[in-house]
Amino acid sequence: MNEPLLWTTGLSKRFGGLRAVNDVAIRLAQGQIHAVLGPNGAGKSTLINLLSGDMAATSGTVLYKACDITRASADRRARLGIGRSYQKTNIFPAFSAMENCRLAAQSRAPRILHWFSDALADAPTCAAAERALHDAGLADCGTQPASALSHGEQRQLEIAMVLATRPDVLLLDEPLAGMGAEEASRMVDLLRRLRDHHAILLVEHDMDAVFALADVITVMVNGQVLESGPPEQIRASTAVREAYLGSEVA
Amino acid sequence: MINAKRIAVGAALIFFALFPFAGATFYTELVTKVMILAIFAMSLDLLVGYTGLVSFGHAAYFGIGAYTLGLLAPKYEAASLWTTLPLAMIAAGLAALLVGLFVVRAKGIYFIMVTLAFAQMFYFVFHDTKFGRGSDGISLNFKPSAAIGGWVPLDFANVLHGYYFVLAAMVLVFLFLRILLRSTFGRALQGIRSNEHRMRSLGFPVYWYKVASFTLAGGLAGLAGYLATMQFGFVNPEILSWHQSGNVLLMLILGGLGSLYGGIVGAFVFVALQEIYSSLTSHWQLLLGSTIVLLVIFLPGGLASVGARFKSTLFGSATDE
Ligand SMILES: Nc1ncnc2c1ncn2[C@@H]1O[C@H](COP(=O)(O)OP(=O)(O)OP(=O)(O)O)[C@@H](O)[C@H]1O
Ligand SMILES: [Mg+2]
Repeated sequence: MNEPLLWTTGLSKRFGGLRAVNDVAIRLAQGQIHAVLGPNGAGKSTLINLLSGDMAATSGTVLYKACDITRASADRRARLGIGRSYQKTNIFPAFSAMENCRLAAQSRAPRILHWFSDALADAPTCAAAERALHDAGLADCGTQPASALSHGEQRQLEIAMVLATRPDVLLLDEPLAGMGAEEASRMVDLLRRLRDHHAILLVEHDMDAVFALADVITVMVNGQVLESGPPEQIRASTAVREAYLGSEVA
Repeated sequence: MINAKRIAVGAALIFFALFPFAGATFYTELVTKVMILAIFAMSLDLLVGYTGLVSFGHAAYFGIGAYTLGLLAPKYEAASLWTTLPLAMIAAGLAALLVGLFVVRAKGIYFIMVTLAFAQMFYFVFHDTKFGRGSDGISLNFKPSAAIGGWVPLDFANVLHGYYFVLAAMVLVFLFLRILLRSTFGRALQGIRSNEHRMRSLGFPVYWYKVASFTLAGGLAGLAGYLATMQFGFVNPEILSWHQSGNVLLMLILGGLGSLYGGIVGAFVFVALQEIYSSLTSHWQLLLGSTIVLLVIFLPGGLASVGARFKSTLFGSATDE
């Protein structure tokens, strides 16, 4: 197994009395798709929030490339190469799809004092944005306002924006939810291609996609890791079957 | 349609260039005042319309720019534009930077309240201490001038010099903001206005962008304040009162937030309404208030959106920029 790129020890998040994430250790390595499964409310999105810095951990540590980033802000983590998508579409509705991605591409080099250079004249940034749109299957939608895109297309844009930031780690929160069958299979192909050069954490309810893609699967229940291992092990696990898969896959 | 816009802008520029020859000095001075307010309004638009920061204390930086000239002006000769103007902008920008470091962490209504609180602090510094000579303020014995060697191309005792200098400043501020808003920096500001959370998660240090925007807006407000003292020949604490902060917000709302023309149009309409209503009745503020309420209800995009609306009803399509 590869050296992990991003890993946690004893990671926990409490909301009042609720332990949404409880003592989770997880390792993401380059070249691997690590799927996280679990019923609604298991703490999957909260786990992603802790890794991305959207939320601060109550206890435990997050390590990235051998640095402790537990206290690092969300924007700092993004600049370090941790990109995430959201379960609930989180875009710039009034901007064109292209501008959504261009801003994303611009973020890795914020250039806060570039007041006079036309943003659209920055060829590398625009090229990265174009490529991300294309990869996510939105090549033809660039000029449309994001708010005018269909729900499925907005889900694709959500992914395109993460890709445009050229991250090393991808934290994807239900990327296929809301996509049509064709787009979903396209996205599965894309994730397969991205695997080689990224460490990917995939939260997804689509079991076919998960078992087609995942190298490692972690099953969470009530904030805790129930079981973690290769897909065959998870499929064979009686504990997982009882707690979760039982109801859906049977 | 782009041509129609160009023609309108060209016509407006010619109108401004020739205006002093058409009317009485009173009107030249009135339009000078309006253009100063337009610069002030555009500087606030950078915050409210483009960064999404609703500042209710922008008059503080206007006032600091204004007082810088008042305090620096020598007793027995004209102040030099070359030194006092940059210093006024720097002083206002620095004050905005210091305040910005604190306030931009606040959100929504809290941001409105803290910007107001800081502005009130500045107001009391000038109103209640010897520093700004109290509530009487400062009168200039001489208006500033700009000399190159022995030649004095700009002497602001001359109404026309003041008018054209302010016109040039307004056009330059407009062009500066236009370029700024198309830059990587400006587009990031607009991203922050649209979805601050996503900007942060994409990797933008949102805090510093807001601080930079607040500082820039303060510096430009300082320019407007400087021009105000230059134009009126005096400055008193009322220039940084919260009424002033409120008025400039109203101008923006009238003209239209988030369009640079909006600041200019808003300043003109605001002063025009003020002049017209106050000549009709002593309750003119009531009339002004109701006009603004009606406009906000029936024209939420402000007056600057009239052109676009007209176009879309005529041609039945969404408009490009
Ligand atoms: N900001 C919050 N404040 C309080 N409780 C929260 C917050 N966010 C999440 N929770 C709670 O934490 C638990 C885990 O939520 P989370 O969103 O991580 O679940 P999930 O596994 O992503 O579920 P789903 O499959 O529905 O997306 C839930 O009980 C949720 O109600
Ligand atoms: Mg979730």
